[in-house]
Amino acid sequence: MTDFTDIWSYLSQGPLLWLTATLVAYGIGDALSRWSGRRPWVNPVLVAVAILAVLLGLTGTPYATYFAGAQFVHFLLGPATVALAVPLYANLRHVRRAALPILAALLAGSLTAMVSALAVAKALGISGQVLISLAPKSATAPVALGISDALGGSPTLTAVLVILTGIIGAVVATPLLNLLRIRDWRARGFAVGVAAHGIGTARAFQVHETAGAFAGLGMGMNAVLTALLAPVVLRFFL
Amino acid sequence: MIPALTLILCFQLAGEVISRALHLPLPGPVLGMAGLLAAMAIWPRVATQVRPVAQGLLGNLSLLFVPAGVGVVGHLDLLTTEGVPLVLALVVSSVLAITVGALTFRAVARLTGGAEGGDD
Repeated sequence: MTDFTDIWSYLSQGPLLWLTATLVAYGIGDALSRWSGRRPWVNPVLVAVAILAVLLGLTGTPYATYFAGAQFVHFLLGPATVALAVPLYANLRHVRRAALPILAALLAGSLTAMVSALAVAKALGISGQVLISLAPKSATAPVALGISDALGGSPTLTAVLVILTGIIGAVVATPLLNLLRIRDWRARGFAVGVAAHGIGTARAFQVHETAGAFAGLGMGMNAVLTALLAPVVLRFFL
Repeated sequence: MIPALTLILCFQLAGEVISRALHLPLPGPVLGMAGLLAAMAIWPRVATQVRPVAQGLLGNLSLLFVPAGVGVVGHLDLLTTEGVPLVLALVVSSVLAITVGALTFRAVARLTGGAEGGDD
């Protein structure tokens, strides 16, 4: 068994182990999601996070060690945000025709997301740094972390709240929008992108190409608007 | 693949530099997205070139959220004490935001007479 301890101490120092573990955990999550017929509550991110959290707990590995390996995946969030220009460009014709609905839905959706989250949390006794960390939760992860940091929140807590928001949005979107009888793929996608950023956008792309493109647009525009609105809205709750 | 990836990274880098130099509240990657969109509108060939890489990245978008999500291990004590109100706030606000956003979009689209995008 000393061999195993040696191998472990070698692997636990480099990025290889946790980078591989991240991809394998996501592979398992994605396979489970496919087996379930892409049911939104069998979310690949949720499954992967649960597997990795348990693994870190069992091996006593600190998050910083894990992140040293997983940062290569995390880094790709930036290029992926830039890449959103491609589906946007493909849907530019739709976007131009829908400029007014887009702006109205952006403002309404973004304000509703922030104000209602802060109001519910404050009514239930949440305050201070946790409340600040909650404010940008509908913005895409790299942006939300920056906003939280700049306003005095906890970026890692914001990351968790952002992910949870995305998963909740991805899970409720399809049944909720069916219940509301909204059949316009642009409205469906855009609302999900504004409320549930990249995870909602990933879900929207699974459902419909146009919904995905509009979700990407909603996510990009809400990243901008949240950065502008969060400091103003927070003033009413702190 | 490498030229396309280089192009995407260049736009991200340019966005980051502009955002920091001008102290804009907009994050670098969002500016990079706007820049790439403008470039594709001017030179349609750019779109053909970056499309495969962009689709590869966006097709696996969920994976990119996993490392940040694992950060939950650092907040387990907070989530046991304040987890219920926080999750409740997230569920209520997500349902309300999607509802208000989608209904607003549809209402304004009907008012301005835009065709519904439900048939394509």
